[in-house]
Amino acid sequence: MRRQIEGSRAVAETVARCRPAVIPAYPISPQTHIVEALSELVKSGALAPCEFINAESEFGAMSLAIGASAMGGRTYTATASQGLLFMVEAVYNAAGLGLPVVMTVANRAIGAPINIWNDHSDAMSQRDSGWVQLYAESNQAAVDLHVVAFRLAEELSVPVMVCMDGFVLTHAVEPVDLPEQSTVDAYLPPYEPRQVLDPADPVSIGAMVGPEAFTEVRYLAHVRQLDVLRALPRLAGEWAALSGRHIAAVQPYHCAGADTVVVALGSVLGTVQDTVDTLREDGVSIGVLGLTAFRPFPAAEVASALADASRVVVLERAFAPGVGGIVSADVRAAVPGVPLHTVVAGLGGRPVTSASLRETFLAAVNGRLTDLTFQDLDHDLVDRELGRAAKQRRSGPVAENLLADLREARR
Amino acid sequence: MFQVRIHGRGGQGVVTAAELLSMAAFAEGTWAQAFPSFGSERTGAPVAAFCRFSDRPIRTREPIATPDCVIVQDPTLTGHVDVLAGLRRGGWVLVNSTAPVTLGSEHATVLAVPATQLAMRHIGKPVPNAALLGGFAALTGRLRLESVLSAIRDRFPARLAEGNIAAAREAYGIVRAQRKESVDA
Repeated sequence: MRRQIEGSRAVAETVARCRPAVIPAYPISPQTHIVEALSELVKSGALAPCEFINAESEFGAMSLAIGASAMGGRTYTATASQGLLFMVEAVYNAAGLGLPVVMTVANRAIGAPINIWNDHSDAMSQRDSGWVQLYAESNQAAVDLHVVAFRLAEELSVPVMVCMDGFVLTHAVEPVDLPEQSTVDAYLPPYEPRQVLDPADPVSIGAMVGPEAFTEVRYLAHVRQLDVLRALPRLAGEWAALSGRHIAAVQPYHCAGADTVVVALGSVLGTVQDTVDTLREDGVSIGVLGLTAFRPFPAAEVASALADASRVVVLERAFAPGVGGIVSADVRAAVPGVPLHTVVAGLGGRPVTSASLRETFLAAVNGRLTDLTFQDLDHDLVDRELGRAAKQRRSGPVAENLLADLREARR
Repeated sequence: MFQVRIHGRGGQGVVTAAELLSMAAFAEGTWAQAFPSFGSERTGAPVAAFCRFSDRPIRTREPIATPDCVIVQDPTLTGHVDVLAGLRRGGWVLVNSTAPVTLGSEHATVLAVPATQLAMRHIGKPVPNAALLGGFAALTGRLRLESVLSAIRDRFPARLAEGNIAAAREAYGIVRAQRKESVDA
């Protein structure tokens, strides 16, 4: 049934319909509404049987998730930003052990400077952790991705991160078709673990592995990730048959025949599509490629969607200092030889506006876009700080200097 | 697409107001999207929230820079927040105020409604959001009063809902009367 509902609430109710057995979590903005709603559903008995554990930290939450999953329970948690960083050691362990935990990352920037707003720095920092990463462009996509995530995770014994933009999606109230319990039950069978800690049939999980087999264990993790790319179309197809809604590793939008294609992931896609529509009305040959799967990276699908493109613009909500784009590197490898521009936008909650996107895309089309652009960068503010640092050794803390400059400019 | 920006202070129910507008629009079969300005919402600090309605699914996620209507929940904000920024020609402004306001906008219809007074009378708390939504329905004609009232009813516990509904109804009447006056004049 379609409801006008907050993104966090929609995700919480959907996760509840996936019948998790254990939810260990530690609240952090902008994920809080999700775990709050789930704790209420457990307390009220609407989600039962389920153990909700308010962990003492994110490290504790993911460690509990590993234990619960190894005991054969369907396990879910959610986090964001510094919380994700705090659990990193356990995040890698969940993947290394092949435990199918599903986790929502309500994407938020990483400090310093401390910032509670949305970008993709948190999830991107875990791109090589061995977790599947699926990015939602809307709250409807977030809901559908969570259901598919449990099925995918359990079928292949891999943990899955569903990334949804913090605040922009988690706190947005919009229409969402929530799947019925019967629909989710028809799609998601009870969890049958490939490995389980069972006193009646004891095994050890988490052995120390030396040089004799470490490479092979890691290689098998890679093979499993490649299996995800093969399994996703089938599992998405089954979900589409039940729900009528389609998800895919990549989502081409007017890509066929387009000279310029913008590659992006997450909630910015809607604004990008609107902007591209107005440019197309003006006769500009431009399309959009949305990435839902970032890990594993759907290189073949990306290459095929970009086959007609003579120029690619990768719009990123995070970047690697000293390098540039993160997503760009994988896109470039998928389409070697196609000129590629990286545009870093929307860091730390800066709005990504259609006006700025239009300017950026037109610059690309007219050959005026540099290889790496920081959209809407305040050059005056940056230059003032660079000047200060050049003039004196003790130029002071950068963030505070910039804020002081802005206060002065407002006066 | 019809776009509304709501300005107020943390604690005045600004985010709730935007959500209620979206619920009312949804109830009328329109696509609607509401979202806050994503700040740390400290009590008393200036906050903004946004609501869009459209006949088609809404894809954009950018904050509303060119609103059709602005709702100002706290008139003391107008000194240091540019509440009219980007307001479309022929747009509407609804201000929570006991006295008539002009805000110096010649291209918009600006009306005042004593929403805090109404809230105090009907709810006993200075939370003006529901009253302003009743005023919004009368001012813009974009939503029926019944849809707004039904969104309020669904959102709050019965007693609180009753008070808010009474405040919204009264604000609706006040704004309608003012609209009629300005048309007659």
